[in-house]
Formats: sequence, structure tokens, C-alpha cells
Amino acid sequence: MAVKTVIEALREGLWEEMKRDERVIVLGEDIGIQGGVFRLTDGFVQEFGEERVIDTPLAESLIVGAAIGAAMNGLKPVAEIQFADFIYPAVDQIINEAAKIRYRSTSNYSCPIVVRAPYGGGIHGGLYHSQSLEALFSHIAGLKVVAPSTPYDAKGLIKAAVRDVDPVIFLEHKKTYRLIKGEVPEGDYVVPLGKADVKRQGKNITVVAYGLMLHYSLEAAEAVSRDGIDVEVVDLRTLRPLDKETLLSSVKKTGKVIIVHEDSKFGGFGAELSATIAEEAFDYLDGPIVRVTAPDVPAMPYSPPLEDYCMPSPEKIAGAIRQLAAY
Amino acid sequence: MAHMRNKAESAGRATKVKTKHKELGLTREKLLDMYEKMLLPRMISERMWRMLRQGKLLFVVSSEGHEATGVGTAYALNMGSDYIVHYYRDLSVVLAAGMTVKDVMLQVFGKADDPSGGGRELPGLFCSSKLRLVSTSSPIAVQLPHAAGIALASKIKGEKIVTITYFGDGATSKGDFHEALNFAGIHKLPVIFVCENNKYAISVPQSKQMAIENVADRAPGYGFPGVVVDGNDVLEVYRAAKEAVERARNGLGPTLIEAKTYRYAPHTSNDDGVRYRTQEEIEEWKKKDPIEKFKQYLKEHGILSEALEKEIRAKLEQQIDEAVDFADKAPLPKPEDALTHVYAEPRR
Repeated sequence: MAVKTVIEALREGLWEEMKRDERVIVLGEDIGIQGGVFRLTDGFVQEFGEERVIDTPLAESLIVGAAIGAAMNGLKPVAEIQFADFIYPAVDQIINEAAKIRYRSTSNYSCPIVVRAPYGGGIHGGLYHSQSLEALFSHIAGLKVVAPSTPYDAKGLIKAAVRDVDPVIFLEHKKTYRLIKGEVPEGDYVVPLGKADVKRQGKNITVVAYGLMLHYSLEAAEAVSRDGIDVEVVDLRTLRPLDKETLLSSVKKTGKVIIVHEDSKFGGFGAELSATIAEEAFDYLDGPIVRVTAPDVPAMPYSPPLEDYCMPSPEKIAGAIRQLAAY
Repeated sequence: MAHMRNKAESAGRATKVKTKHKELGLTREKLLDMYEKMLLPRMISERMWRMLRQGKLLFVVSSEGHEATGVGTAYALNMGSDYIVHYYRDLSVVLAAGMTVKDVMLQVFGKADDPSGGGRELPGLFCSSKLRLVSTSSPIAVQLPHAAGIALASKIKGEKIVTITYFGDGATSKGDFHEALNFAGIHKLPVIFVCENNKYAISVPQSKQMAIENVADRAPGYGFPGVVVDGNDVLEVYRAAKEAVERARNGLGPTLIEAKTYRYAPHTSNDDGVRYRTQEEIEEWKKKDPIEKFKQYLKEHGILSEALEKEIRAKLEQQIDEAVDFADKAPLPKPEDALTHVYAEPRR
């Protein structure tokens, strides 16, 4: 099996979907001749033509709004927001329109779009190229929110997202793009939305993560295993709909849980996970639910010591694991 | 001499006026149908205000005054195949598109069988996939990028289908207006943008919304024509819309039609329309009423008589009575119906 990076896997998945279904179009800034600022759509315009690979003006609301319209008229648009940090002008279109079209029309219309957005920090991107926005979109019923962490999952999930009949916010951690490599099968396969994956089996503590933090959590688990702490790592993969079954069965097994995300803490996605665990697995808990997150600052600062301070790291996660293990 | 010339000119105009509908290819039947389609939303609106006062309705947004704009544009479309992206002041458009009075009443009463969405949206926001009447919402101008996207899809699919979208003058201040028109211009999309300029964004007059006289003047900046039309003259609206639809259908790209009109009623039943407008101004506009104007035209051309007018009114009145009665008795949604259609139902 070929070893590929996350971005290669995503590119392959999207390419195959465009080959498979001519209703799939991609639109966004610099995605044509430039192939996207991360080169995810490199070669797409040459293969699929300018009608299906649309370089848009610099206008996020239009990118998503036109995708919504095209979806209501039978296409399967995949909109690219160059950086998640720039998605805010399109939030009205995503939250007020895409998420509500099926609901408000009792399925007279639906909105099968995918909005891809590279997110996350640790790449010296500063305040406006590092943000994590999963909590914002996961809050919205009507949206599905996906955040893959491995190349295998990335390819299978992008395919599932394109084939889904409802709007999907597809968050790609930009640091994983070229950092994370893994085996990716040739040809067609789908990783279904709404299914978490236990990436490491363990019996003492559950660590829940997604995106880059999944890899940091696996590193941390490896480090503490030398101290005899056996950590289970759950990769959520899809944040909404949440795979409660996998989450809760892991927590029930270990009795202790740490949630890791690099978004800030207050009202972050970890808050929802914590509440769910407290509501539905309280009797199984042997310690407090712990969150390892960025501090509550508006965004990730640029200068390396500031950025490092804000980013959760394998060391910080390992520290939290040791502390909770001793509880 | 000047006097002579004026006389000759007005004689010329009179001749032209006489043949206007023939020039537009509108038969007697079509003209009467247009008249009915203008009168019906007016009568429905009047009924809705009455029902509001009787406590039968919770909310009204009405479009009295906008009927010529709605019907004149909608009449230029191929109903059932062209896409219509309306906003909340388009009762005349949705009726012209084929929604029945019962459909409308079920919607405004918020009943379970409301075909637009089972009583989920505020009265005035209609939807039918069968009629290609696109789902819409309360925020302003968000539907313009949708219209561009729908038109983009038609173009990609190689279908000769046009999309028309409606919005008020208020919408032209929003970024989505600019973004949609710009994109439509770049790709020469088969879309018609209809600005129903009634001079006020709720209370804010046009002079505080823009520094120009005509919204249509912005169109050349997007690379396509903008047309100003008397929004209270259904035949002139129809003429502009027909041209725009032909342009779009023949791959020549978008048109921005600015129909100058006026709403008589407040913005909604929660608004007071004379806090920011004088009663005199409203009365002035009522003298230019689109339905009265068209009635005069039809009478002058021997198409409509008092007797026929009465007959039409009685027929519409009866339709409304029946629809109100039907909708009034129709079941309300079950409370737990609020939980459905969040996502597609899983396949069994």
C-alpha cells in the first residue's frame, strides 16, 4: 500500500470524486491555475476544466452562497475557504442558509455542499492563519463537521462528505497536510461520517482528540506508557454527528478522560464532550474530566514563544495524563 | 409651434399606448390573467390585515403596492422550469408562480400541511421545489449569491433555464449584493436581478442608503445592463423583464432591473409605517396604484368592463374565503414535528 501525506490523500479523494461524479465542482480562491495555496487542487483545472474548477473573486460569502445555489440546482459543490480564519464573511451563508434550508423547507430543498477549510496552528501563522473553528460550527444543528487526522481517514472522509446529502464543514488541519504520512489504499473507499475510531487501545485513561491533536495525544500516550500508564486514544473524526457510543464506551472502560483540542477552552468543543460524558457516564468516572486546550486568548499569536505557549503539545498532554492517572 | 409639437407628440404617445400590449404579444386572455394575478395578492393582503386584527394571524408582511413589479417580471418566465428566488415581499410572485391561495393560507396560518415548510418560517416566505420556487429566509440579500449559484449550475449543465431573484432597495447595501452581481457579471450568468425599490429600508430612506438616484446605475460597474422601470406599470415591467429573460436565455448574461414602486403598508405588522413616512406621501403613491393603473388601461382598451371586474373580484373573494376556511380548519403541526428535517432521514 502506498504511503501518502494527508494532503495527497485529500487530493486523491477529491480527484476521484470529480472523476466519479460530474456534478462535483470545486470553487474557491486560487484553486485553478495556482492549484490552491496548499496545492490541494493542483492539476484539477487542467483535468476537469474551468467550468468545474472555478477560481472565484476574493469573496467568501459568494463562494459559499453560490455553492448553496448550485447545490439547490443539482450540483455537488465543494467550496474551499483558503484559511478557516477567513470564513467569517461566509458564516451567514453557512449558518443561516446552508444549515437551515432542509429544515425550513421540510426537505423541499436540501443543501449538499462541502465547505473545506484548512485550520489550526503550530505553523507560525499568527492570529489569522491558525484558528480552530470547530466549536462554532459544531454548535449548529443542520451542519455536519468533520476533522480528519490521518491520510487514510482524510481520503475516506472527503469522499463521504462529497457524497453526503447535507452540508458538511470539512476542517483540515494544515500542519498535518505534509507532516503526517500513512498508508492509503488505491481506489475507492469511504470512511462514514459520524464514526469515531479508537486509534490506540488502553485501559487506564481515555484521551479524546482530532486533527493534529490526535497525533500529539498518541505521542503522549507512548511517552507515558513507559511509566506504566495505559492510554486509550479516541479519534473523533466527525464532531457532528458525534459518535457518542465510541466515546462513552471508552470512558466507561477507563473511567478517566482527557479531552484535547487546540481551540481555546471556554465554550470549546471539549465543553460539549465534557457535558455529554458527565450526563451519560457520570457513574463510571473515577476522576475529573480534564481539558487540555489553548488558553482563553482571542487567537494564536505569531512569535514562537507565544505560539508554543498557546499550542497544546505532547509534553503538556503527557503531563495532564500523569496527573489524572495519579488522581 | 411648440404647442403643435407637444400635441403631435402626445398623439404619438397615445397611439403607442393603445398598442402596447399587442407590441408585447399579450392577448386579451393573458392581460386579464395578469390583472387577476395582481388583484389576488392585494385582496389576500387586505384579508390578512383583517385577520391580524381579529387575532387569527400572529404576523403579516404584505406587498400591497408591489403587484405590478411581481407579476410583470414573473410573467416573463417559463413557469416550472425557470428558478424563482424571492424574498418576503413577493406574494404576487409566488401566486404567479403557481402557488394556490390554499398553499398561501396554510403557510401564513403555520399549519402542518403548509407545503412551504410545515409552518416553520414566518408568513411570507414560501417554497416549492415543484414550482422551482426556492427556499428563502429573513436575512437581507443572502438569496442573491444563491441565485448566482443556481444560474451557474444551469450554465454548467447546459440548460436553457434562467433564474430570477428579487430584493428590496435595502438589500443593495449588503456585501452579498455586490458579491453576487460581480460574480454573475464575470461568468455572464443567466440571472435577472430585480430590485423592488420602494424607497425605504424599513424606515431608512433611499437618500440615507445610497448617494445615487438609481440602483440600476450600478449595473454597468458589473459589466451588464441596468434598467430603471416604473414598477407600478405592469406592462413596462413586463417589457423590461422579457428583454432581460431573453438576454439571459441566449447566453448574454445578467440584467439588473430596478422597479420603482412603493409599499403602502408598514414593513410588517410589528412596524408603524407613518413614523418615518407621512400619510400624504402614502396617499400620493396610492394615486399611482399599479392595479388601478392597469385597470384603467384595460378599460380604455375595452378589455375589462365594470361587470367583468366585479365578476373577477367575486371569484377571487370566494377563492380566498374557501382557502381561509380550509386553512383555519387544517390541523396545526404536532409539537414534536419541530424535530424533523434537521438532516436527511437515514435510509432504512
